[in-house]
Amino acid sequence: MTKPKFAFNWASSCGGCEIAIFELGTKLVDVANKIDIVFWPAVFDYKYSDLEAMPDKSIDVAFFNGAIQNSENEHVAKLLRAKSKMLVAFGACAYCGGIPALANTTNRDQIFASSYLETATTDNTEKVFPQSNVQVAEGELTIPEFYNTVKTLDQTVDVDYYVPGCPPVGEQVSKVINQFVEGGLPSRGAVLGASEKSLCHECKRVKTDRKITKIVRTYQTIQDPEKCLLEQGIICMGPATRGGCGSICLDANMPCRGCYGPLPNVIDQGGKMLSALSSVFDADTEEDIQKLADSVVDPIGTFYRFSLARSLMRRTRP
Amino acid sequence: MAEKIGVYICHCGTNIGKTVDCKAVAEYACLLPNVVVARDYQYTCSDPGQEMIKNDIRELGLTRVVVASCSPLMHEPTFRRAVEGAGLNPFLFQMANIREQCSWITEDRELATARAKVIVSAAVMRVNFNEPLQVQKVPVNPNVLIVGGGITGIEAALQIADSGKKVYLVEKEATIGGFMARFDKTFPTLDCAACILTPKMVSVGQHPNIELLSYSDVTDFSGYVGNFTARIRRRPRYVDEDKCTGCGQCEQKCPLSVPSEFECGLGKRKAIYRPFPQAVPSTPVIDREHCLCFTKGVCKVCQKFCPRGAIDFEQEEKYVDVQVGSVILATGFDLFDASRIKEYGYGRLPNVITSLEFERLTHASGPTAGKILLRNGKPPESVAIVHCVGSRDLNYNEYCSRVCCMYSLKTAHLVHEKTEAKVYEFYIDMRAFGKGYEEFYKRLLHEDVTFIRGRVAEVTDVPQNLSEKGKLIVVAEDTLLGIVRRVPVDLVVLSVGLEPRRDVVQVAHTFRISRSKDGFFLEKHPKLAPVSTAGDGIFIAGSCQGPKDIPDSVAQGAAAAANVLSLVDRREVELEPTIALIHEESCSGCKICIGLCPYNAISFDEAGKRAVIATALCKGCGVCVAACPSGAIEQQNFTGRQLLAEVEAICAQ
Amino acid sequence: MVIEMTERFEPKIVGFLCKWCAYTGADLAGTSRIKYPPNVYPIRVNCSGRVDPTLVLKALSTGADGVLIAGCHPGDCHYTNGNVKTIRRFMVLQKMLDQFGIERERVRLEWVSASEGERYARIVESMTEEIRALGPLNWKAKLEVAA
Repeated sequence: MTKPKFAFNWASSCGGCEIAIFELGTKLVDVANKIDIVFWPAVFDYKYSDLEAMPDKSIDVAFFNGAIQNSENEHVAKLLRAKSKMLVAFGACAYCGGIPALANTTNRDQIFASSYLETATTDNTEKVFPQSNVQVAEGELTIPEFYNTVKTLDQTVDVDYYVPGCPPVGEQVSKVINQFVEGGLPSRGAVLGASEKSLCHECKRVKTDRKITKIVRTYQTIQDPEKCLLEQGIICMGPATRGGCGSICLDANMPCRGCYGPLPNVIDQGGKMLSALSSVFDADTEEDIQKLADSVVDPIGTFYRFSLARSLMRRTRP
Repeated sequence: MAEKIGVYICHCGTNIGKTVDCKAVAEYACLLPNVVVARDYQYTCSDPGQEMIKNDIRELGLTRVVVASCSPLMHEPTFRRAVEGAGLNPFLFQMANIREQCSWITEDRELATARAKVIVSAAVMRVNFNEPLQVQKVPVNPNVLIVGGGITGIEAALQIADSGKKVYLVEKEATIGGFMARFDKTFPTLDCAACILTPKMVSVGQHPNIELLSYSDVTDFSGYVGNFTARIRRRPRYVDEDKCTGCGQCEQKCPLSVPSEFECGLGKRKAIYRPFPQAVPSTPVIDREHCLCFTKGVCKVCQKFCPRGAIDFEQEEKYVDVQVGSVILATGFDLFDASRIKEYGYGRLPNVITSLEFERLTHASGPTAGKILLRNGKPPESVAIVHCVGSRDLNYNEYCSRVCCMYSLKTAHLVHEKTEAKVYEFYIDMRAFGKGYEEFYKRLLHEDVTFIRGRVAEVTDVPQNLSEKGKLIVVAEDTLLGIVRRVPVDLVVLSVGLEPRRDVVQVAHTFRISRSKDGFFLEKHPKLAPVSTAGDGIFIAGSCQGPKDIPDSVAQGAAAAANVLSLVDRREVELEPTIALIHEESCSGCKICIGLCPYNAISFDEAGKRAVIATALCKGCGVCVAACPSGAIEQQNFTGRQLLAEVEAICAQ
Repeated sequence: MVIEMTERFEPKIVGFLCKWCAYTGADLAGTSRIKYPPNVYPIRVNCSGRVDPTLVLKALSTGADGVLIAGCHPGDCHYTNGNVKTIRRFMVLQKMLDQFGIERERVRLEWVSASEGERYARIVESMTEEIRALGPLNWKAKLEVAA
């Protein structure tokens, strides 16, 4: 029996999703024995020309992590779509945009200025910036074009399945890979390796009175480790985020940041969290409500930390 | 399978048709997805119009219907019934408002037609997601709560009680009777107010079906039509109502006299008192702010002399909960505070009095035994009556108080009857609109009253010449003569206007009803539903709805009673099923919704780790639906999908 | 989407009106034949507390130039305090819209009672003119341009 052909690719990402595969630990060997990896640039020396040479639909499953932030990301996404029977958006970046999508609160010019000019330790008196095309003696050098707006994978090509998480936790990765190898996949378009309910369902902390009297950052308060963080004034994205991660962040006394993305019936994760959080403000007058509202210092960064590209607005006004 | 939508664009005669090109809108609707038929029609709400829709449902197998016409607040029930008559669930119908919020707000035909198209497409896109729903039928509790025991409340109470239903009549004061109990004669017949009122008051007091809760008010009100709960606070009279026989000994023996509110402070009452001799109930009340027992711990003479031992200084306030199916608010009015108009000198000049104070003077059992006297005890030689005090005035109340012209004429007549005084009436217009009113005005014209047309600018006691010395000078422009006149008189009667009661906001909040621009309770429709409110089962009657005279108040009291009896005899009512439902598979147990419900309809099932809504308590506000971060709660007929469809349709154009 | 210079920009404003107060007040404006700019498209809800901020974002991101949420005056809510929840959501939403670069004039929360037809008309008028001066939002087109 031929083993299914798998491909793994990373786009605009941190590499954590590759680590997620390695998190399988000893199970990795079992996995490696069941599948045939035909493309994994992060780990083995594959070239794009290898990918281009493959016949269409010859890859069974492509796991694509990372958001689409430049023309290289887009090119490979389109290639993999053509070459694969099933394309999976793996990890928060590919699914919702992830942290790279926070670039949607700014633009390329600002990013370049920050990175290449304004940082204190940068010495760039000649104001040299990367160019997509440069003529040198040997010929033309090209590097990918850097986009203004970060997109999710499915805003670029058709996607068959999604595996959320930043990164997806090891146990779930193992289950998901098995689903592809052994079968038992739900219908196309489904989210795999995650719960259909929010994090609150599996979080072990005790939830009592849903009334927010103050909002603080994690370092501004001594936490009660048994009690729900929202009730202690720490914004936890748990209510509006898919579970399935085992609530590991909460066990480490850190609030959920929303990396598993929105719940099935929700069209905008950040908007829903905004609604839920503000609805339970313990304030009835305009003055009191304004005080609490003002202590939500960075709404976009808080509510759309991992999902800005997937949100309704997608980005701030350019 | 795709829906089959029928769309009907109504011309509503020229109401819509004059401004909106209905044919064009119908043609446009034909092109919308899933629309199988789109027609325009003159009067869709008419019988043939409704038949047309029913025929299309039957013959074309329509699964959804949209009617673009007037506001859903007008005809949604009509079309829902029509659709149901053809066998389609009434909630598979959607209305598009292209009249009140389209053809009537602009004269630009192009803009109006473009707007109508957008509104229609929003309704069409939404109706795809409408689901069949069943109305909830609830039984109607036949008991009735009436708040306010003035003539209006009394009328309503007697009508309903006579039909065999139980009435709880709550009255804030120690006695029923309201303002009418303080009037002397009533226009235009000059009936003695007490003579026609007190028999009704006695009937109320004795009626087996009326439970009179006086010296009480409603502190809490909850529930829905047919099933309300009212919490009534019974303030302590310090006299046991069951033991008291109304003999009046306590009042006689009480050593302390204080100014009487009933007499507008012109006369006195005791610390233990009945507001007036014919009070119902006839049980007195102790005024603990003045009573020597409460203030100094002495006296208790009333207790010593009471033959029934009915005095109870330990009495405490009590709360009573009643269950009723409907409510009539007949809480009445308050008079405009004349001291606000500094130029008239009320409160500063002793012989400037209000019309109500005049009533007490002329009343046979009032502080002057019916004689019209100045503060110095002498009868006046001249009297001025000033119309529109606080009414028809941009500085105070814009509206006309309706009754003042007539009662001013009555005042003039009574002055003539009881004194030799010369009477001057300062009016702006003479509003004598009712049965016998114009005739009464004619009568006064022959009674040698001097009518001066002009709003009074000032009442002053500063004389400009000898003839004005010691008099009150009324300064007004006589608009018919075109000169400013100074008229020296002894007594000035200010015809003060009617205002909403001082606690109207609190009462409106308690019963959750709206108020009009002028502050009175808001009726459902000014012409066709003057005693109903937007809240089903809650009715208003009398001057709490707007200034009115006694005939109109009684008429409204009876109208409200008829509305109530119609509701009660129906035995059950239908509730809009726009309630919230939780999809169990999606609920993550985050508990965000639990505390948000104003009716405490959401509880938490610890075992199943999910929220549960008690559908009988849910009123369908949708707050929990918007807050749920999992999107696990949906509101029937206002689902996220339906609202999104409307938004998408509007924005897509 | 090209707008000809000669054609006047007609703002498209989505309005969420509560049926007990604002929607009835808006009807009253029409019944009283008060003329005002026809730029707010009404969506009826039972209470302003039903308005999920997500709906506002949906409107803005799919072509609306502005959004009006209108409910009962505080204290007058038919459902006791639905409008208080609306204020809570609105204030945080306003902060977030600031971050998105959406001018405050474009999304407004107003109180309109059932008897305030004139007031409703004036609100719509002022909002329409303010947004007309700001120009179309055209969010989708902006996204394309910013790619």
